[in-house]
Amino acid sequence: MLSRIIRHLLAIVAMVIFGGLACASLVRFASGFDTDEQQLDLRLSAESLQALHESHRSEKNLSQFYITYLKRALHGDLGVSHSLNQPVASLLRGRFPDTLRLMTMGLALGWAIGLGLAFSTALPRFSAYSFLGVALSGVLLCIPAAVLALLSVVVNAPAYLAVALIVFPKVFTYSRNLLAKAFSSPHIITARAKGLGTLRILLWHVLPVVAPSLLALAGVSVSIALGAAIPIEALCGLAGVGNLAWQAALGRDLPLLVNITVVVTLVTLLANSGADVLSHAMRGKQA
Amino acid sequence: MRVIRKLAGAILLVVVIAAIGASWFAPTDYAAQFREAPNASPSRQHWLGTDEIGRDRFSRTLYGTRVSLLLAPAAALLSTLIAALIGGVAGCLGGIWERLAMGVTDLFLSLPWLFLLITVRALLPLNVSPFASALVTFLMLGLLGWAASARILCAGARALRRSDLVVQARALGVHGVRLFAVHVLPNLRPILLAQFLISIPVFILSEANLGILGLGVAEPMPSWGSLLKELEGLTSLSDQPWKLVPLVLLMVVVTSFQMVLSPEEVTA
Repeated sequence: MLSRIIRHLLAIVAMVIFGGLACASLVRFASGFDTDEQQLDLRLSAESLQALHESHRSEKNLSQFYITYLKRALHGDLGVSHSLNQPVASLLRGRFPDTLRLMTMGLALGWAIGLGLAFSTALPRFSAYSFLGVALSGVLLCIPAAVLALLSVVVNAPAYLAVALIVFPKVFTYSRNLLAKAFSSPHIITARAKGLGTLRILLWHVLPVVAPSLLALAGVSVSIALGAAIPIEALCGLAGVGNLAWQAALGRDLPLLVNITVVVTLVTLLANSGADVLSHAMRGKQA
Repeated sequence: MRVIRKLAGAILLVVVIAAIGASWFAPTDYAAQFREAPNASPSRQHWLGTDEIGRDRFSRTLYGTRVSLLLAPAAALLSTLIAALIGGVAGCLGGIWERLAMGVTDLFLSLPWLFLLITVRALLPLNVSPFASALVTFLMLGLLGWAASARILCAGARALRRSDLVVQARALGVHGVRLFAVHVLPNLRPILLAQFLISIPVFILSEANLGILGLGVAEPMPSWGSLLKELEGLTSLSDQPWKLVPLVLLMVVVTSFQMVLSPEEVTA
């Protein structure tokens, strides 16, 4: 168990270092990297312009640039946003709670609807729900996240509902397949033949079998919800990390954008690793 | 099930024919502006009305369908080829190469798809010609969307590496490129086809998301993304319901793509 956690942590550190370096090189090689807005100021003398140019010289050396970038990142200095003229770290600190709130509510609602419908469709008595669930998830899978965000604005629905509607079809489809497989396994058929109640079968025989896989899905759904945050926050006018990423993309604010991407990757990896460790522990207990 | 697949195939065929023949079927050019009729309701002249600068919405929908339906399969083909190369070769070689390739794949998969897309899109110039923006958008989708397919293809190639067929070929002295091209790749064809077909609706939806966010195909060239951007102006769902036609068409096409695939192919 401990070795698994250490392996995951090492993988996360390696991914973040590699991802950070990849992002730093993207910034380094993007057009307009060594130019400064101040250089357009007509009042500056030739000497001042030369001094500005010299200040960027150290960043032109790629290895030096990488090392400086990592050193600063380790000290919590993620650079300054060009478009908003504020430190990236403070921008992320300010915006992340809003995104977290949106994601938590959306994920909770999406999972509640998805799992609720999946359980209903898996139970023989409620097979009438099957068509409803399949049709609803099928339709929602065909609608882009941005359209769901726009429609939530049109009908004055809360933004977390759009996140829930994006998460729901994935949760429903996957958990329905898992439950159907579990319900058709020999020990469940035997339990049913022996006269055990549906709820008892579900709680004591089905849930322990499907729980590790559902935990893995929970990790993946965090990534889905984070991805959905960009169009939803941008189009619903919410001041979260997704909206910040969109503004950074439109303004070509590369330091801000790549740092957001690294932070989002870190959150995704932590969620997936946490889910993996938990599901592994659960499987170990069952064995 | 077979009937549904045939029906989905027929729908796709009709939409593709209409999209390819947009130049003949569309009553006007996609950029033509009827300044005397901005925001017009559907009429005999303009079947789906006009947008806020008087462009015929039906013509734009046809041309937009052409852009999305021709370039999304091209991007899917590119991503499947990259996935075959990375996943197939890694699975075939095994060992450190497989671990290295899957490490890179994991890195790509750990980035939420839309974050990755907008980050890379922002690195590329935004003020380019409409044609270049369409190419850039779909090229980017093709170049970045290979990771999930590569993982599946790697698993397929790994299974083949241990199969009798490949072991016998190796024993007969077939190695390297010839082994991969003659013995492994043809046997990966069903997985390749499934991954290609699965990628098309994913790329169509991704382009739509980028288009609505203003990071997709540039105006005046229409695409499903730019057509759906019009929904921003809606005040209620019953207000100008004809604006929802591109969304309905998109849903029909994506559903048809999903129906065309059999469940075995999806899980392959």
